[in-house]
Amino acid sequence: TSEGHLGASRTVCDLKEPFAGLSDVSISEDIPVEGDISVPMGSSRSDDDHFSTLDEPVKETILRDLRAVGTKFVHVLYPKRSSALLRDWDLWGPLLLCVTLALLLQGGAADKDDQGGPQFAEVFVIVWFGSIIITLNSKLLGGTISFFQSLCVLGYCIMPLTVAMAVCRLVLLSISGTVSFAVRLALVTASFGWSTFASTAFLADSQPPNRKALVVYPVFLFYFVIGWMVLTFSLPQ
Amino acid sequence: TQKPGSAAPSAGTMSAGPGSRNTEPWGSFDDNLIQGSGSAVIDMENMDDTSGSSFEDVGEMHQRMTEEEEEVNAEAAGGEDEGVEDGEFLGMKGLKGQLGRQVADEVWQAGKLQASKAFSLYANIDILRPYFDVEPLQVRSRLMESMIPVRMINFPQKVAGELYGPLMLVFTLVAILLHGMKTSGTVIREGTLMGTAIGTCFGYWLGVSSFIYFLSYLVNAQITMLQMLSLLGYGLFGHCVVLLVTYNLHFHFLFYVLWLLLGGLSTLRMVAVLLSRTVGQTPRLLLCGTLTVLHMSFLLYLHFNYHQIVEGLLDSLEGPNLSPIQRVARDVPEVTLNATVRNLGTLLRAQ
Repeated sequence: TSEGHLGASRTVCDLKEPFAGLSDVSISEDIPVEGDISVPMGSSRSDDDHFSTLDEPVKETILRDLRAVGTKFVHVLYPKRSSALLRDWDLWGPLLLCVTLALLLQGGAADKDDQGGPQFAEVFVIVWFGSIIITLNSKLLGGTISFFQSLCVLGYCIMPLTVAMAVCRLVLLSISGTVSFAVRLALVTASFGWSTFASTAFLADSQPPNRKALVVYPVFLFYFVIGWMVLTFSLPQ
Repeated sequence: TQKPGSAAPSAGTMSAGPGSRNTEPWGSFDDNLIQGSGSAVIDMENMDDTSGSSFEDVGEMHQRMTEEEEEVNAEAAGGEDEGVEDGEFLGMKGLKGQLGRQVADEVWQAGKLQASKAFSLYANIDILRPYFDVEPLQVRSRLMESMIPVRMINFPQKVAGELYGPLMLVFTLVAILLHGMKTSGTVIREGTLMGTAIGTCFGYWLGVSSFIYFLSYLVNAQITMLQMLSLLGYGLFGHCVVLLVTYNLHFHFLFYVLWLLLGGLSTLRMVAVLLSRTVGQTPRLLLCGTLTVLHMSFLLYLHFNYHQIVEGLLDSLEGPNLSPIQRVARDVPEVTLNATVRNLGTLLRAQ
């Protein structure tokens, strides 16, 4: 226990230097709880990490983050039961995908009359509010997943549909008529299935086994609406 | 047990100290000397600087700190009363210090409120959890039961107070409605299709539930708000099926049959439940009549409001190469109306 005392006193003086006024209140409360001794040590180590990334070029920082987003894309494309998407969640990927999808859906045929077409904000609202509702639903049904983890998974799993949207635009440019519709229908159906399958692969583990169907249904509805928006998109004449 | 209680006032004085000093930078020293709490804060801060040595024993330091804190609390408790008197006695200076302390207290209160709000989000989820405690099989059987009216009106029928099924049905209805709006090319002047669909469905569900609940309260029916929400929510299952079919298969006849059959069945089921929980002829008639009219006309509204235009489009598409103006279906009823009026006019003139 003498080592513990030493560690505690060291953390005390570590903390005291920058926040002399604050540390004092918290420490007088914290010291009886000796189990928390290692926490300040961990934070000081992470401080070292920050210092090491502080003087690196901005390019490296951005590339590292982009690489992290890219690996998560791969996880969605090949949805094996890994916890990478859940462990270090981020909302950059979902934001990127959502903006891309909204931009691709912008400028449809119906937009000319200033109505009907999926406006940018509408796509945004559907994606974010939809995932929030699904997350709340899964929490209410007794899921053990955290709020942002679920948002992250649902956001990343839009990727197949975003890809389908990009391809659909190309198809619309090149082919027309029934063939085009058939191709798009096949594309959207495949990517819709893919999205649903991938998100359930990630989310299902956190749910009680007897209620998986109840959690999957809103996910299905969510991707169905997005997929249907992609399918009904048409270029202006 | 004494610890948490003693921590709060000390934190309060901690925040009050800087607040009073910030409001009055030139007179801060005097102020702190005058007010007990302010001087205590200064003491603590000074002590930090001197005693921050790493060789000190933690236990001893802790003991000293708790002693100090108790002292501060005692002073603060005493200082409350004195502070008021001082403020009156010393005029402007003391008043400003008082003001600073009050502001700091308010800030502290607001912070506490925000923190408790953030915490209560999770607490609220726990409150709602019992209403989502269902199994897939239960949901399926309840969906089936929502179409089967039970002829038992002497004894109150059971209504499950559950919100998962209704909520999902409302969201399904929103999706179906969105589909119907898109295919019919509905024009909404202010707002989006999505907002309109969500507003219509949730508005109907919550609004009609509240209204019927209010009515049932007036006529003394034995039903709770939760049961009403659940009942009406499951009643939307029929609507979902009917609209899903008729938005894709455009036959008037089919719609009317489904409207009467599925919509009627789900309405009958709700009416049967309400009948079994109400006593007396007039209350029953009032409650069930209102619900029937609202529920059936809602289906009609949803169907025809977002459907008629596509029919016009289909009709016009059948004809070869019609000009775009003729495709606007809204002109069609007017034209027919004018034609009938003209026919009537000619008939009258002939007589």
